[in-house]
Amino acid sequence: MSATPADPARSPADPARSPAVLRATGLEVVHRTRSGPLHAVSGVDLTLHERRTLALVGESGSGKSSIAKALLRLPAPTAGTVTLDDTDLSALTSRQLRALRPRLQMVFQDPLSSLNPRRTVRDLVAEPLDAHPGLLRGRDRLAVADEQLTAVGLPPELFGDRRPEQLSGGQAQRVAVARALAAEPRVLIADEAVSALDVSAQATVLNLLRRLTEERGLASLFITHDLGVVRAVSDDIAVLQLGRLCERGPTEAVLAAPAHPYTAALLAAVPEPGRPLGDTGLLPADPPSPLDPPSGCRFRTRCPLADDRCAAETPAARPVGPGRTVACHRPLLPVLDRAGFGSAPVPAQRP
Amino acid sequence: MTTPVLDVRSLDTVIHAPDGRRLHILHDVSLHIDAGECLGVVGESGSGKSVLARTVLGVHARTTRAESTGQVLLNGEDLLAAAPARRADLLGTGIAMVHQDPMTSLNPVVRIADQVTESLTNRRRLPRRERLRTAAELLAAVDVPDPVRRARAYPHELSGGLRQRVGIAAALAGDPVLLLADEPTTALDVTVQRTVLDLLDRHRATRGLATLLITHDIGLLYGRARRIAVMYGGRVVESGPTEQVTERPAHPYTAALLRSVPRVTGPLRRVLPAIPGSPPDLSRPLTGCPFAPRCDRAEAVCATVAPPVHRAGPAHTASCHFPLAAEAPRPSQTSLERTP
Repeated sequence: MSATPADPARSPADPARSPAVLRATGLEVVHRTRSGPLHAVSGVDLTLHERRTLALVGESGSGKSSIAKALLRLPAPTAGTVTLDDTDLSALTSRQLRALRPRLQMVFQDPLSSLNPRRTVRDLVAEPLDAHPGLLRGRDRLAVADEQLTAVGLPPELFGDRRPEQLSGGQAQRVAVARALAAEPRVLIADEAVSALDVSAQATVLNLLRRLTEERGLASLFITHDLGVVRAVSDDIAVLQLGRLCERGPTEAVLAAPAHPYTAALLAAVPEPGRPLGDTGLLPADPPSPLDPPSGCRFRTRCPLADDRCAAETPAARPVGPGRTVACHRPLLPVLDRAGFGSAPVPAQRP
Repeated sequence: MTTPVLDVRSLDTVIHAPDGRRLHILHDVSLHIDAGECLGVVGESGSGKSVLARTVLGVHARTTRAESTGQVLLNGEDLLAAAPARRADLLGTGIAMVHQDPMTSLNPVVRIADQVTESLTNRRRLPRRERLRTAAELLAAVDVPDPVRRARAYPHELSGGLRQRVGIAAALAGDPVLLLADEPTTALDVTVQRTVLDLLDRHRATRGLATLLITHDIGLLYGRARRIAVMYGGRVVESGPTEQVTERPAHPYTAALLRSVPRVTGPLRRVLPAIPGSPPDLSRPLTGCPFAPRCDRAEAVCATVAPPVHRAGPAHTASCHFPLAAEAPRPSQTSLERTP
């Protein structure tokens, strides 16, 4: 699929008017490990809106994938609620939850390991229809599969009879997307869905996910560690650091002027042609183990601005702009009071 | 002119795959690296960049048989023509490699100290105490905190960033003249990637180490590599100084690659310009330009005649029938604006 020209009229849905589809409140995920409990996710709130993409960003061990699994109840979160179109998923019986499953679809990092190598592409895409025959509504399952393959830019007459090993990485990932679409989801979760792809294939899949989110009214969650990808694919960003959200807001605003020193460091570390190497400002400490996170702010051991308060108190999320919050005692932007005026002093310098 | 540390001349490599296919992977690859210089090799999967590194080292996957023609000169001595014993000697003291995934390149049941010092103990016996001391020194040189304790650890006890530093320490232990780094930071987080690349930079500069940095991420080479070689379909399609190649690419493939990279700076692009089509199938003979089927500038001649070498500037060349003019608008609105 080649790039389609940008349509200026096609703008992402307004967050104020776009209905919330999936809401997660107070999400906690604790894994039991041999070395004791591991708090992978602590007190995370997320909302996914129709026709919008939220990017969840963080380094390895930040809890990105744990959140994705908790939203799908694979397994259920240790604490917190997840509602889909105002239905509390934890209140459902397993039969009701199963009936709801097609509404929540996921695309994984490695398409070749998530597709059964012995089945044809057409069969793979039709598989959700076998598990949930109600989705057919009298249509032929292979006709539905062909329709979804067309939607992801893979002509069914060329690709329908192939097997996964006969596909490139980008094509396999598009098959995975077509298969998710066949279930007619409300929510699409993509976990590092383009990380294993070459740059040229990556662009195709990103364009596709963005287009489908808008055309099909999906509420998308895009999990990645790549801020360039975040900017290309998302409307909103949530930055995760050791299981806690440290900053969130509209993607362009956050990347133009990060409020959290961690977001600023991630941004400065991105290598890009034509951009001088920036200083991340991070202290020369390795990321701490999620098994033994630092007290107070979990970023403080790497933070150039950290002081005593950061070790003593866990920072709460505070507003720093329209739709933006930051959880930091020493944010890089002034914190707004209710009336929208800056009330905290601006720190002398950003890291 | 001084002799380059590595001088690859007209290298062709054919791999006989276990399924009987004959894959002509490298075509007339020529490149050189001087002491203390970093050459970046950028390419997507299937471009031949990893086979290039393996051919220089003379190691290929166990199930394949490779045949190479051309020359691979290490300090002027041809590795392809050298007798096996001489070759082993040249490789052992001359070239070291840093791999992509330190979890799979390190032996999980051998202590860090023994792995870091392996290139030394291969040559002479080192008493255990001395081995631990040497290992701690080598680990300290790559900024591993608490090196004495880490030397006694096993790979699984270290984070990904630390493991990669152990990999670098092991590579530097034999005091090589050439370091091959194949996607050394792909498995690492972006902040850790930065520190590992800074570390490689530091050792390149202080030891005068020639470095071949192989990556799929052209952005990573900016500010690191002095020169870039862009590979496509097993050929070097463009090479030149990093700034020139990234800001005024002459080959349409380089330009398309730069355009399709999602960026954190510059104007917001809601639709990324993807490159249509797929890379060439290396098991089929190919005439003409390997990029022709995907190229928006291609004409009939591109499919039939191998492209000539176009000189885009001093030390900047591109193999293309219809190269982009130097004064053409910059690709992808390359914005030099910094983030605020």
